[in-house]
Amino acid sequence: MDRAQTDTRIRGLIEPFNKKGVAIDDTTTFAGDLEFDSLTVMDFVAAIEDEFDIIISMNQQAEIENYGQLVDAVCKLQGD
Amino acid sequence: MTDLFSKFDPLIQQRETLLASGVEDPFNLVMEKVLSPTRAICNGRETILLGTYNYMGMTFDPDVIQAGKDALDNFGSGTTGSRVLNGTYQGHREVEDALKEFYAMDHAMVFSTGYQANLGIISTIAGKDDYIVLDIDSHASIWDGCSLGNAQIVPFKHNDIEAMEKRLRRIPEGAGKLVVLEGVYSMMGDIAPLKDMIAVAKANGAMVLVDEAHSMGFIGPNGRGVAEDQGVLDQVDFVIGTFSKSVGTVGGFCVSNHPKFEIMRLVCRPYVFTASLPPSVVATAATSIRKLMHGSNKRAHLWENSRTLHAGLKALGFQLGTDVPQSAIIAVIMPDLERGAGMWEALLREGLYVNLARPPATPANMTLLRCSLCAEHSSEQVQTILAMFERAGKATGII
Ligand SMILES: Cc1ncc(COP(=O)(O)O)c(C=O)c1O
Repeated sequence: MDRAQTDTRIRGLIEPFNKKGVAIDDTTTFAGDLEFDSLTVMDFVAAIEDEFDIIISMNQQAEIENYGQLVDAVCKLQGD
Repeated sequence: MTDLFSKFDPLIQQRETLLASGVEDPFNLVMEKVLSPTRAICNGRETILLGTYNYMGMTFDPDVIQAGKDALDNFGSGTTGSRVLNGTYQGHREVEDALKEFYAMDHAMVFSTGYQANLGIISTIAGKDDYIVLDIDSHASIWDGCSLGNAQIVPFKHNDIEAMEKRLRRIPEGAGKLVVLEGVYSMMGDIAPLKDMIAVAKANGAMVLVDEAHSMGFIGPNGRGVAEDQGVLDQVDFVIGTFSKSVGTVGGFCVSNHPKFEIMRLVCRPYVFTASLPPSVVATAATSIRKLMHGSNKRAHLWENSRTLHAGLKALGFQLGTDVPQSAIIAVIMPDLERGAGMWEALLREGLYVNLARPPATPANMTLLRCSLCAEHSSEQVQTILAMFERAGKATGII
């Protein structure tokens, strides 16, 4: 799956969590722009993990602050 | 002024707002006198204690107290040293022997607190390329054990067997796996479906650590905890426990049947680099643990108390953390922190102490009034407690 396809699928997954309908690009941050709290992060990460059949450990999550980094990380984890 | 403390400003503000409303500070209560495991003088008022972890009421047991006094006389007030240097006395061996007998396991290692037991064991056994799969509602000491180590940390939704299994299956081939669970989750007082969870963990090649802090002495035919109760204690690689709850003093431990377990004493930093427990503490713990082996009548009464309080609070219209009582902890769910603090204070005025718990300690950002029962609460006291809840609940508009 290329980056664009991965991006599209993550965009679909993020929708129910994006309560305020914030416009999302690669620089959109989860904590700041999307105001995700820790419970939302857990549910959102679980949705992505299940969709792509991957694990994003908390150690890896700590490195992911914005949307673009998430898409890159998911691409990489699928490749591994 | 901006300095390193500025990050605490929102919390300071929240606290000030709460106290400005006139309520007593729920996190600053002083017990001036302790009359028994279930009664104390707080702010000059006699108060029923319903928010301690003194589940089996061992703190005033005459044999336990005598053992502590004897140890003070014979071994002094403290060891002034690490377990691996000058800090292992006869009493430390004796309490480890008592634990081995209590759990019928080969090895027991005593730490200065249960917090340190989790910190030490978890951070030491799971290394850099290993994976720790744990329940999202795990106790702070488990999370801190994860932070202290270098393993990959993978949480799953509370008590969700399928979520746990999926994560275990996705772990790369060859990586070491540790599943960390609790018997009783202390905020809501619910138990884990350990039988099924441990079967899944084992099927996926993981080692299993279960924190039984809130079940020791009370749950299971021999008081060994939820894993014993569900018939899977032999599948658990490491049991973590504490002396600060049913045992009635302070200290923590890990018991295990792993043949190489004793090496932990040399490699586990929160065991090595801190002073050992005072002789009086290990003596009271050993005596208490041996008495807990014969506590079946007390256990039965504690279950009865738990059932009566749960049914009574439910009938009064309070919202509870579990549909049926699963442990000695009954969590009463409050609409928010402000009204929770108001209800907490109203109960204190009635002469009842419960725990006010709030985020981040609680799941789902809830404010809880946590009631923990004691085997020494009489049936009449439980009725008194229910009447207090009714008056305070109506006065504050919670029910
Ligand atoms: C689940 C759990 N584990 C560990 C601990 C820590 O025990 P201790 O008080 O001995 O540090 C506690 C107590 O707060 C606990 O609730």
